[in-house]
Amino acid sequence: MSALPTIDPATGGKLVSNIMHFARALRLAGLPVGPGKLLEAVRAVEVVGPRRRDDFYWALHAVLVERHEQHEIFEQAFRLFWRDPRLLQGAAPLVRSGTERRRPKQLDQVRQRVLDALMAGAKDEELEQPEPEVELDRALSYSPEEVFRHKDFESMSAAELAAARQAIARMRLPIVRLPTRRFVADPQGQRVDMRATLRAGLRTSGLIMPLRRKRRTTRPPPLVILCDVSGSMSRYSRLFVHFVHAVTSDRERVSTFLFGTQLSNVTRHLRHKDVDIALDRIGAAVEDWSGGTRIGVCLKEFNLHWSRRVLGQGALVLLITDGLDRDDVGVLAIEIERLHKSCRRLIWLNPLLRYEGFRAEAAGVKAILPHVDDFRPVHNLDSLADLTEALSRASDRAGGTLRSRAA
Amino acid sequence: MPDVCANPASVDATLRLLQDGDYVAGRGLATMVFLSLRLSRPILLEGDAGVGKTEIANVLARVLGRRLVRLQCYEGLDAAAAVYEWNYAAQMIEVRLAQARGDIDRESLAKDVFSERFLIKRPLLHALEPGLAGAPVLLIDEVDRADAPFEAYLLELLSDYQITVPEIGTVVAREPPIVVVTSNRTREIHDALKRRCFYHWIGYPSAQRERAILRTKMPEIEKRLGDEIVAFIQELRQTDLSKRPGIGQTLAWASALVELDRVELDPETVSATLSVLLTGRGDAARAGRGVVGDIVAKVKAGTTQATP
Repeated sequence: MSALPTIDPATGGKLVSNIMHFARALRLAGLPVGPGKLLEAVRAVEVVGPRRRDDFYWALHAVLVERHEQHEIFEQAFRLFWRDPRLLQGAAPLVRSGTERRRPKQLDQVRQRVLDALMAGAKDEELEQPEPEVELDRALSYSPEEVFRHKDFESMSAAELAAARQAIARMRLPIVRLPTRRFVADPQGQRVDMRATLRAGLRTSGLIMPLRRKRRTTRPPPLVILCDVSGSMSRYSRLFVHFVHAVTSDRERVSTFLFGTQLSNVTRHLRHKDVDIALDRIGAAVEDWSGGTRIGVCLKEFNLHWSRRVLGQGALVLLITDGLDRDDVGVLAIEIERLHKSCRRLIWLNPLLRYEGFRAEAAGVKAILPHVDDFRPVHNLDSLADLTEALSRASDRAGGTLRSRAA
Repeated sequence: MPDVCANPASVDATLRLLQDGDYVAGRGLATMVFLSLRLSRPILLEGDAGVGKTEIANVLARVLGRRLVRLQCYEGLDAAAAVYEWNYAAQMIEVRLAQARGDIDRESLAKDVFSERFLIKRPLLHALEPGLAGAPVLLIDEVDRADAPFEAYLLELLSDYQITVPEIGTVVAREPPIVVVTSNRTREIHDALKRRCFYHWIGYPSAQRERAILRTKMPEIEKRLGDEIVAFIQELRQTDLSKRPGIGQTLAWASALVELDRVELDPETVSATLSVLLTGRGDAARAGRGVVGDIVAKVKAGTTQATP
């Protein structure tokens, strides 16, 4: 193939095949490395020259890494793979890596992914697979202080799914569609579309210039869902997760976070069309199902690390929680205020209010209430239909009266 | 100022070139710039505000002697503002003139009215024209502020260095421009765009590099003050802030301190000038007097992580 470069004739073939193996390992670890990228990586290495290790590293990095989060995976894979080119034939480096000093949990998870990917590569080659080391490493990725439970969702029947979809389709969030600066042709439009007018006019050589009109298009703002899955909410978590999955696949620009004692971004997992697979992935990824609640801390983390990335372009935030915070309420008050100030609209859905005589007595509830634009209490929340109905309800007295009661 | 420069021949040459332009780059960034110049691929830079993403395009234009074409993205940026627009007024006059001449052949009139004469070129189309010194440097700044449809529009330009104007045809760059795309990550850039670029994340610099940057940009500053400034800022970035100060702010603060004739840091001056570094009430409150005093004390004692 002419596109393939000619690296040093003596060893070039080997290097190319090594880069290929490396790319395959990265792909298994979750980086989107296609054949095009592979060719490009080989070219980049050829241009930079394989003399310096760091140049080699950065050349591959420039081509194969597409986002900041992938840097860590690349880094680990690079170190594991190029430390010993015969990695795929022997497990020695893996043994060492398993006994290295304790790293932060997240890094461990990354490493686990990379190791698994490299091991999968090894399996492909039908080589021996050293299992104990992998287990050793995995054991380190759990933190002893918190009891993590993995969630199993009952699967939904086809009929339930269909009903859920209908309910979501009926749902009308109290969202004002935002005007964009894009236009579509519309005979009743406010503006004259000069380009279309001229084209129409030229048909009669400019004798008649029929005005063509256009109007602004609108679209819903981005939606950010922050959903509490702690113990006090565990009754509902299946329902909510089905809900967020349905919303995520129904609209564009939805980001979803689950929180209990820690915040997890599950948007990526929810992208999977099949609800059961999506839920399985979430069940595995989120580690604090039905644990305690630290709303303030989780919101703080959201504000620090995510708000700039997902709250752009006038996002609407849907906060689903009962507002029962076990932690310091001071933090919660500060962070909810900040969240409110950085989004277009904050809607709070509270499922705990099962009776009319609700009073905002819990300190957490009191802290949140002054900062929400729209308060949606839900009594008897049993189905998605109830949930969507609560969200679709016009922004009416419910919010106002409750807020005044709280005051 | 150098005139026309050839593209650098190696990573080391690229590093030197950037250094000539007063840009202190890491080897990773230099490697990527080198690759991008050699393989004619756009550069996509992400990172927090004020870490020198935009600056790299300015520096490249300067040291390579190229023209800089800058497109600042904003929400609602569309093809008419970024690529081209027709001069409707002139077109109307042309149509009327043709009528007056009695020259109303439909085909030729259409061809005439939608010709390059009536095309108003915007930055992206300008970037495809060769300059005297070679292809220009095209800076597409803060692409995350534009919306997804615009990003999709960029794909043709970034992969093939061409733009299609339906009425005229395809405009192809004779020599591909050097494209630098920056993003602040206020939203995720689409993978299709990322795939066409070399990606690099610019983080906050290490203490060593930050000192080098300060020396390069402000050679007049006292070494002691410079070292203390860098140590302080490195330590400040470790604290729990919602918006950590970037290099731009380091330099602004340094010039503020020089302007105040300070030769070393003291808690009072730092507190008084902290607003240069911290741009939020919450952050300013968090880094109150106590915190500032602690960091200054640490800097003096030489126990910060940044101290050589």
